[in-house]
Amino acid sequence: MSNQIKFLTKNFGQYDTSSIGSYMNIGGFEALRKAVTMDPEKICDRITEVKVRGRGGAEYPLGRKWSQARAVVGENKVVVCNADEGETTTFKDRELIQKDPFNLIEALIIAGYVCGATDGYIYMRAEYACLRPLLLNAIRQAKNYGFLGENILGKGFNFNLHLYSGGGAYVCGEGTALIRSIEGKAGRPRMKPPFIKVSGLFARPTCLNNVESLSIVPHLLVDTDNVYASCGSGESIGTKMISVAGNVNHPGVFEIPFGTTVREIIYNLAGGIQHDRDIQLIQFGGASGKIADASILDTPYTYDDLRNAGVMVGSGGILVIDERTSVIDFLRMNQEFFSEESCGQCTPCREGNLHIKIILDKIANHTATQEDIRIMATIARVMSMSSLCGLGETAQNTLQSAMLTFPEVFEVGGTES
Amino acid sequence: MTTANKVKDIPMVHLTINNIPIEVPKGTKIMQAAQTLGIDIPHLCYHEDQRIKAHCRLCAVEVVGKRRLLAACSTEVWEGMEVHTDTQIVRDTQVSILQLMLANHNKDCLSCPRNQNCDLQRLCSRFNIQHSPLPSVLKDEPRIETNPSIVRDPSKCIRCGRCIRACKDVQGIAALTYAGRSSDIVVTTAFNKPMEATDCILCGQCSLVCPTGAIVEKDDTNKVLDALQDPQKHVIVQVAPSVRVALGDAFGMEPGAIVTGQMVTALKLLGFDKVFDTNFGADLTIMEEGAEFLDRLQNGGTLPMMTSCSPGWVNYMEKHFPNCIGHLSSAKSPMSMFGAIAKTYYPENAGIDVKDIVTVSVMPCTAKKFEAARPEMGRNGIPDVDVVLTTRELIKLIKYVGLSFKNLPESEFDNPLGLSTGAGAIFGATGGVMEAALRTVYEKVTGETLEKIEFSEVRGFDGIKEAAIKIKDREIRVCVAHTLQNARRIMEQVKKGTSPYDFIEIMACPGGCIGGGGQPIGTTNAIRKKRMAALYEIDRDLPLRKSHENPEIQTLYREFLGEPLSQRAHELLHTTYHKVAKPYEFN
Repeated sequence: MSNQIKFLTKNFGQYDTSSIGSYMNIGGFEALRKAVTMDPEKICDRITEVKVRGRGGAEYPLGRKWSQARAVVGENKVVVCNADEGETTTFKDRELIQKDPFNLIEALIIAGYVCGATDGYIYMRAEYACLRPLLLNAIRQAKNYGFLGENILGKGFNFNLHLYSGGGAYVCGEGTALIRSIEGKAGRPRMKPPFIKVSGLFARPTCLNNVESLSIVPHLLVDTDNVYASCGSGESIGTKMISVAGNVNHPGVFEIPFGTTVREIIYNLAGGIQHDRDIQLIQFGGASGKIADASILDTPYTYDDLRNAGVMVGSGGILVIDERTSVIDFLRMNQEFFSEESCGQCTPCREGNLHIKIILDKIANHTATQEDIRIMATIARVMSMSSLCGLGETAQNTLQSAMLTFPEVFEVGGTES
Repeated sequence: MTTANKVKDIPMVHLTINNIPIEVPKGTKIMQAAQTLGIDIPHLCYHEDQRIKAHCRLCAVEVVGKRRLLAACSTEVWEGMEVHTDTQIVRDTQVSILQLMLANHNKDCLSCPRNQNCDLQRLCSRFNIQHSPLPSVLKDEPRIETNPSIVRDPSKCIRCGRCIRACKDVQGIAALTYAGRSSDIVVTTAFNKPMEATDCILCGQCSLVCPTGAIVEKDDTNKVLDALQDPQKHVIVQVAPSVRVALGDAFGMEPGAIVTGQMVTALKLLGFDKVFDTNFGADLTIMEEGAEFLDRLQNGGTLPMMTSCSPGWVNYMEKHFPNCIGHLSSAKSPMSMFGAIAKTYYPENAGIDVKDIVTVSVMPCTAKKFEAARPEMGRNGIPDVDVVLTTRELIKLIKYVGLSFKNLPESEFDNPLGLSTGAGAIFGATGGVMEAALRTVYEKVTGETLEKIEFSEVRGFDGIKEAAIKIKDREIRVCVAHTLQNARRIMEQVKKGTSPYDFIEIMACPGGCIGGGGQPIGTTNAIRKKRMAALYEIDRDLPLRKSHENPEIQTLYREFLGEPLSQRAHELLHTTYHKVAKPYEFN
């Protein structure tokens, strides 16, 4: 287990997650105490220094995001924690909430302090209802201890935290849909502008962050030994939470230093493939992620290396599919997901998912023509190029990467069927 | 270098579109910037009077340096932007999106009410969409034809959301909404109820903005054609004031063109026995409504009194503010007043059996079809108005008989029910009923001649207008509102008892009847304003401009009705309203 590191996960199992006192005994809220003595811009600089990128999948630099949020002129700013974690095979945020809820609370208060927000919202996916009591208890205790509410730590800083559960739609992980969902509207994305950093939740300037991105910050502020910076290299510094699922012996969540190879992740951390079967494909970053074959095994897990290998870090999920499942059947399963989860507003995504599903079924049934394959590729490209939101943009990542990696799968009979 | 008109104080932005340099004011969207170069970027969900939705994605364009295409409707230009509207990926996107729409569309264009007047059809033609390779994924969804006004055909809906925006943002009603998701997303009503059983007031603004045939007026043209073919029937037609300034749009004439003479000729050529004018009914309405207002004012009746000629508005009052219906004038609308006279006074004088008379009205309105079907609008089982056609249906009839409308000679309305004043003409615009009423009320009360008969405070396109007019020793405070979004603001005051007004005019549609839900497809606010100006032009050019000066109206009272508000006037020209319960209430 030499590849695992404990930076983000160092509190896991170290305290009673129902007790703020227990959290404080292991140094809880020290980061916040330190943060409120710092110039908020210095906190952004610290984050930028170690090149933290948003862990939700979009990979936007966190320090820059917070700095921009600070600069937005507006009353009653909001910070929102995206705990929708709807990507398939992705469950690292659940671990962070479940095993270290107070760190997330602390992170949100720091975010509020940095961005100049008065309110924080945690938008948690419907399926994590079992974590609600844990978080509500943590929020209540933080309030009782004066870490939330008025004049926090005597610094004249006011901040309140709210927990909101989603209704179960994948698309509500998309920023504008998430915001509409909290507002009580149907969770459908809207066009941008206005960008949510200017007009987001309840038309207030909003800074939206993934659970993992936020969770890094308290640890970083008290990281006097520069443990974080000592991990990884280049553009991928620090550690990363990943979740491995599929046909592996030990699926689960792992914290790795950037640079760990995919082989080490799958064969050391996740215990290898069940019954030592061969790998058919690996999907990185959930249902909207791209896929690779076993030739990716020796690639280091970093933003750049994965991108050069044709995939992406994305949500941090890694799905391993063994030889028993055909590429087409995997694509059909993945497509099924998007055919359900498209919000239906914009034409390419609403109708495109429907037709790609039909053509994938034809390929599976050996009735597809070359014309079908051509149409499918066109629709996938049009979807990714012109859809309204990130869902439609990325829904065909898997298919498009499959067409590059497994071209033989799409070699069908003549033009007539 | 092409330069758009410079607007003061707004900085200019320089960009290129298809390598052509252009300068536009900051804040301009790509779509409008392209328009200044004569480039029409295709679009379906975009509508110039609506909030931008960016749903259809047809307007996607390539911008150098951007990984993805950008929606031209929603993207503002920036300095140095390089836009391409004609690259391979842009064309692939446009063609694919149209093909995708068609695969989920009932393609019975030949028998569609919007055949040759459909944005989707036009774009498929423009992009030469032939033999779409995609299989049909259309679900079997029947047409919904449950009320006299509006027909919905979900099999033609492209989910653009224009109807939803019109209903919510213009009328503040939100009877139509999206439901479901992914390919199951539909435009529907609360609990999938028929429209008339929801908050809908049948104004038809949805049908006016629908780019396809998914929401249309109920077609009654065949009823008219059948009546015209029946030798036993004496078929008379009345035409609303706002039709004559809108009809020309459909025949290649300038928006706002006044086509009264050609319209009358066309109706005569269609075979109507008499062509009369709803403006006559409007003059009659002023006589009754004006008298009612004075009666309320002098005898402590319910104030403010509110006009009742817009049937969408009346439906709104009955559904949304049922406890306030006492404020509505009991006077029928001009259309129904005209119908009542056409079924009583007219046959008596003309020696025709009332059972042989068919009254047709041409209206800018879908809700008028519902009004005509109300049991209160008639007597002894004989309705005041037998068939209501919208402006759009009249266009179809004119096309059907093959008339070259533009080149028709002009002719005059028939008498006696064809003579009207300028006061009747302006009924078609927001503020017009109020102005017409004030002209008559002032002279009736004071006995003096009104010197300045234009009430400019109540003219124009503002949502809510108000004015105070001194009549003798009393100051009358009036208010004019159009669209139900604005009406709601007025009604909240009335409901609370805090309304500062004596007399309020409300019209349901933007701009009044000139912007009605039955007007030609393509009606926009810019066109509404031109029609409004045309109505005031008609008024200005008429010798008689006050309803009570209409000699035929005077004769009607002398020979038949007696006085305004007489027993007979009440029987024929006034009506009652009632609360309309909705099948669901959320209290």
